[in-house]
This record gives sequence, C-alpha cells and structure tokens, in this order.
Amino acid sequence: MTLLEEELQAEAEESPGAAATSPAALTAFRRGMSGVMIPILTTVLAFIAAGVVVLATGHNPLSTYSSIFNGTGLNWVFPWVTGSERATAAGNLQQTLLQATPLILVGLAVAFAFRAGLFNIGGQGQYTIGAIVAVWVGSSFAGMPALLHILFAILAAALAGALWAGIAGVLKATSGANEVISTIMLNWIAIWLGVYCFQLGGPLHNPHLPSTPVSNNVVGSAKLPVFWGSASLQGLDIGIFIALALAAVYALVIKRTRLGYETRTVGFNPEAARYAGINVGRTWIRVMLICGAFAGVAAALDTLGWKFNWFTNDFEVSQIGFYGIAVALLGRNTAGGTVAAAVLFGALLTGTSDRNIHLSIDPTLVEYLTFMIEGIIILLVSTDVITLRLLKGGRQIRVALKRRPSEQAGANQGGANQGGAS
Amino acid sequence: MSVGTIAVTPTRTVSAKQIGIAGVVLGALAWVITIPPIEVRGMAPSIVLAVLSICAGAWSIAGGERKLGSEAIVVALFAVGGAVASANSSVATLESVFTWSALVAATLRYATPLLFAALGGVICESGGVINVGLEGMMLMGCFWGIYGADLLGAAVAGGLLALLHAFFSINLRGNQIVSGFGINFIALGITGYFLEYHYGPNGTPLNISMIPNVKIPLIQHIGFVGVAFGDQNLMTWIGLALVPALTFFLFRMRWGLRLRSVGEKPRAADTVGLPVLGIRYVAVIMSGVFAALGGAYLSVGFVGSFSNDMTNGRGFIALAAMIFGKWRPWGTLWACLLFAFGNAMSDRVSGVNQTLGTLFEALPYVLTLVAVAGLVGRSRPPAADGIPYVRE
Repeated sequence: MTLLEEELQAEAEESPGAAATSPAALTAFRRGMSGVMIPILTTVLAFIAAGVVVLATGHNPLSTYSSIFNGTGLNWVFPWVTGSERATAAGNLQQTLLQATPLILVGLAVAFAFRAGLFNIGGQGQYTIGAIVAVWVGSSFAGMPALLHILFAILAAALAGALWAGIAGVLKATSGANEVISTIMLNWIAIWLGVYCFQLGGPLHNPHLPSTPVSNNVVGSAKLPVFWGSASLQGLDIGIFIALALAAVYALVIKRTRLGYETRTVGFNPEAARYAGINVGRTWIRVMLICGAFAGVAAALDTLGWKFNWFTNDFEVSQIGFYGIAVALLGRNTAGGTVAAAVLFGALLTGTSDRNIHLSIDPTLVEYLTFMIEGIIILLVSTDVITLRLLKGGRQIRVALKRRPSEQAGANQGGANQGGAS
Repeated sequence: MSVGTIAVTPTRTVSAKQIGIAGVVLGALAWVITIPPIEVRGMAPSIVLAVLSICAGAWSIAGGERKLGSEAIVVALFAVGGAVASANSSVATLESVFTWSALVAATLRYATPLLFAALGGVICESGGVINVGLEGMMLMGCFWGIYGADLLGAAVAGGLLALLHAFFSINLRGNQIVSGFGINFIALGITGYFLEYHYGPNGTPLNISMIPNVKIPLIQHIGFVGVAFGDQNLMTWIGLALVPALTFFLFRMRWGLRLRSVGEKPRAADTVGLPVLGIRYVAVIMSGVFAALGGAYLSVGFVGSFSNDMTNGRGFIALAAMIFGKWRPWGTLWACLLFAFGNAMSDRVSGVNQTLGTLFEALPYVLTLVAVAGLVGRSRPPAADGIPYVRE
C-alpha cells in the first residue's frame, strides 16, 4: 500500500463510511477537489524549491520568475499590457501554445497507457517515427489539394507512430516483454532511423543541401494554416485545435466506450479483467496503437505547423517523450489535466528559452532551472504525500504510519514492477 | 516392463532445448565465417548454415521450445543479412572494420561506464528498489568528477542524488519509476546549472587531470593482446574486477544474501530481524555511487571534459543491460559488452561508410528488443522489486 492510500484511508476512518483505498476511491479522490489542488500545489512547491537554488547562487528568484513569466507571453491576458509590449507578449504566447500542442498529444500517449497499467516511455520514438513520415509525406506529393495533403500527412504519421508503439504492445501481449525496456529500445532505434534517413547520403536527405544533414522542406499545400500572428514569424497554427479535439476524444473514449472501460479495468487489475472475460493482451495492443497514434499526430502537427524540416540533430536532442511523461503525471492522466500541464510545460519551455529572458539574467542558467523545476514536480508527483499533507494543514505523520496496512502492497499505479516478464 | 523404459530413455539423446541452442549457434556461424579471420567468400556456406539453423529452430519449436526456436530463426535471418553485407564488401573493407584487437579495446572502453551503472542497478534492484534514475546519477558523476577532479566528489554527488531517490521510494513509498524520472531531470538541471555557473560559456577547462591508463609492461607490445588489453583505463579493470566481486558478495557473503532476501521477501527478512529499510537505503545509495563512478569514467577517464547531458541515455542502456543480464553481475557484463560492441562496430563501420555506420548504432537496441522478447522472457526480477515495504 502506498503512503498516499494510507493517508486516504486515515481520512476515511475519520469520517466513517466506505473504505477509501479501493482504486475507485483513489480515482474519485484524484478527480475531486484534492485532485485539482495537489497538482497546483506541487507546481508551486517545485517553483519554490528551484527558487532556493537561484537564491543560493546569488540571483534574485523573484525577478527571475517574473522574467520567465513575461517570456511565456501569459502577460498577454492582462488588459494593462499595451503597445509594443502587447505585441511581444502575443508573439510569446503563440510560441507557448505551439510548444503546448505536441505536449498535449505526447502527454495523452503516456496517459492512455497509464490507464491500462502500461508505462509508455516510448513517446519519443513514436514521435520520431511520426516526424519522419510526416516530413516525407509533407515534402512529397506536391500537387495534392491542401486539405487532402494535410490529412494524408497527419494520418500517415499517426499510423506510423501507432505501428511503432504497437511493436511494444504486441511484444508485451505475446511474450510478456516488459514495455519499459522495449519502448526505451524502440526510442533509440527510431532516433537512429531518423538520423539515418536525413543524414548526408541518407535515403530522404535533401539533395539541394549537399553539406547539411536535413530533410526536404514541407511543401505549401501541406502546411497548416496560421490563424493568430504572421505565418512568416511562426504564428500559431490550427494544430492546437486538433490537439484539443483529440484530448476531448480521449476523454470520451476513456469514459464512454467499451475500449475505455476495458482499458481502465485492465489498468486496475489485469487478473481480474481476465476473469471478467476481457482479452488483456488485445487491450494492451490496442492501447499502445492508440498511444502511438497520438504521438505520431504530435509530430505531424509540429512538422506541418512550424518546423517544416528536420535536421538529424533535432532527433538527437529532442526531449519531448520525457516531457510527455511529466505532463501526463502532473495531469493525472485526465484529458483536462494533461492539457493544463502541457500549457504549463509549454510556457516553461518558452519562458526560459534564451531569447525571452531579460538581459539582467543569465539565460542559460534559467534554462536549466526548467529541468530542476520539472524534476522536482515529477519527484513530488511520484508520491503526492508531501503535498497532500501540506493541503491538510500538516497532519501528523504518525497518524498515517500507525495505521495497520493491508497486504496488497503492489497496488502502485503505473506498473511499478518493471520486470513483469513471464 | 520397466526394462523397456530404462532402455528407451537414454536413446532420446538430444532435447528440443539443445537443438534450439545448436540452431542459434549455427545461425551465428553463418555470419561469423564471412568476416575476418575466416573470411569465406561467397554466400553458399552461409546459406547452408542458415538453412540448417532455421531447420533446427523449427524442430525446436515443434519440440516445445517456442522461444528458443524462434530465436534461432531470427538469428539465422540476421546472419544472412550480415553475410550479404560481407559478400558485398571488399576484403580490405572487411579487414579494416573487423580489426579485432582495436574492436576489443574499443568495446572495453565503451562498456566501462555502462558496466558501473548497470552493476549499481543490480545492487539496487537486488534490494527491491527500481532505479530508473541511473542516468541522472551517472550525469552527476560526470560533472562532479570534473569539478573536483576526483572520484570521491563524483561518488558523493551520485550518492546524494540516490539518497533523494531512496527517501521518495522507501520512506514516502512513491512510484519508483516516476521518482527515478524526476531524479534524471533534477540531475540534468543541477549539472547544467553549475556548468554554466562555475565554468561559464567556455565550458570545462582543457587541463583536466585524468584517471590514468594501466600500461601492462610485458604484454603491452605483443600484437593483438597488446592493442586490446595493454593500455586500458584503470576504471575498466576495476569495473571488470567488480563483476566477480559482486557475484561473490551477492551469492556467498552474509550481507549480500541479506540484501537479496530484502529484495525477494522483505516480510521474511523483517521477521528474522533484518533492518529492511536500512538495507534498502544502503543499496540505493551504493547504486548511485556506482553509477556516478561510471559517469566519472566518462568525463575524467575518457573524454576529459563535461558537456551538458553528456551521458546521453547511457543510464537507460545500463538499465536495459541489467534486465538483459537477468539481474546478475555476469549476465550484466555480457549485456554491457554486447552494447559496447555495437558502439565500437558502428565507429569502425562509420570509418568506411558513414551512412551504414548510423544504422549500426541501432543494432544493439534491435538485438536487445529481440532478446527481451525471446530469450530473456524467462528471466525474473527480484520478487519485491518496485514494491515499497511497510512494517506490520
């Protein structure tokens, strides 16, 4: 039993009634008010902890954070920000939302797997494969009508990502190969495939740039229309709406469909699901296929929306798969939470990028602050106990620890037992 | 009559398992004979061997060894691919790629950081705590090894980060995979931050004092052995020595057995009076120290500088090597050598053909994927791996 479950049980015993440690009760808790407050509190705590590091190295955390905040463009919502300042804010906010778009989808790719009790670390690889296919389709077929070309590229990327993730699903279902290891391996294979495709002399390398390892450019008919800001200054494209729509689809699938029901059942307890007549292996494969499709669409939106080409180095430095894990964890695997967490991380990435930081602050230091903040957020999310206790006004640790725990120790969410092999 | 059974049993000379193993070996041979030093030209012998291997695989599957049999078939298919590649390359190319002495030396160099981290993982998970944070702990070792120019600083930094992981996974009973990821991000932030803060935009200085190489006096100039083993880093030898040492510790010594009992049946260990949580703490911290030493080898043993995120996923490879090696030191060593061999091969192939070299970078990961699905399917993590312990 996790400490979190004990806390909940203790709470339930104070107000007599149902046992609060069932998976259903845990879910109810996470959906309820505490489920909203804890992620927010977690984030605030992480900012405070990182602020201490800033302070310790002789910088002012408040001016650093206000500079990050202005860099995110979120000050655009304040009516008193006017003139050129407002134009800058708008531009920054567009960047924040551009960053958030793929994070929503990769976050969903991780979240959906979590719901089935799978840990999808393969968002990176699924995204990479999607990017290879999206840039290939987007830069070929120049004569196609715009809408058709865009749809074709997005669907092709989704399919490619799905098949890539499906490998891990099939291996898990057929031979019990642990998905944590297989998705990590698939990540690296995908990255090297990407480097192979677009390197000098690679099969998809841009022949017009003989000394630059880069793909062809996406042609005009496959570019997503920009609706806010100027297309030449990397304004906001319609990709964000596709991401939001898919988040809504995710919520519907989880809550209202048979697949969603089976997914949640398998996630709570695969053995019980099997007794209930659910084909667990098939559910795992389906879930992984859908996860990969989400990540593939994320890559397509980036490629068709603002990136337009891929350098081999982009594949090697991209961290989006890990950000996706952070987003899903902070968002508690819900659609709304994932969107909110994606915007937060998109804002952090934009706010701490070199060009947005005020001159008085060393930009590279701030960039690494992002990593620290993210790390602390994830660390706190792994247990929730610290924030929960803060939320309850510092209830005594003894209360929880003295409770007699039950035997079902393995109820760690998210497939904690990484071995899992049959 | 019983005489009949006695007479029949010994006539079943080969089991499906033996056939399967023979199939894997034959499949591998199909490729091995095409490269130096044998260098059979032409495809015919390889194809014969591969066909034999596939037959053996099929036989093995029919005999009930499904995984081993399919493994033999997969190996045969890979080997045919390799043989085709060999047949299409000139003898000179083959000999420049398969310079075995240099390959062995490079393999050992690449294996060293992986080995330290993976052995750390073995300790940690033997005690029942999953450690996805190896990557971050390695990175800490990388940076703080450079910073203080000593291994002690690296070890302390890795140990401290591991302490954080231990607190979250042992005391707070958090999800250990998740907290490991948090650890990785924090390490990335801390090392990057202090790299900028301390060294500024120019990065680490050039005159870093390095861990010395061991020049073995007698064999240093003897052809193959001299190139392969004569001039390896001190850390490489320490890493190799750790494998039998750790095996002895885990399976023969009192505290090693206690550690494993805590990872297998913590309740039983607790009942006989072992400090379960304390032992787990020590295991996690030791894994951080080991991983950090591996990282330190990378920066002050091999490269001589630190750059942001320089471990570049090696911690995750170490994790895979540990699982591939079935949570045992010797198995982990072989897995590390396999990954390192892939890296070394890709270096040498790149020397001949840049494009192809990139594909070879992916080879170890493909092999692991195949192996995780097949051979390793039967391996088992410590029973309590990843499960927080609560006292009654």
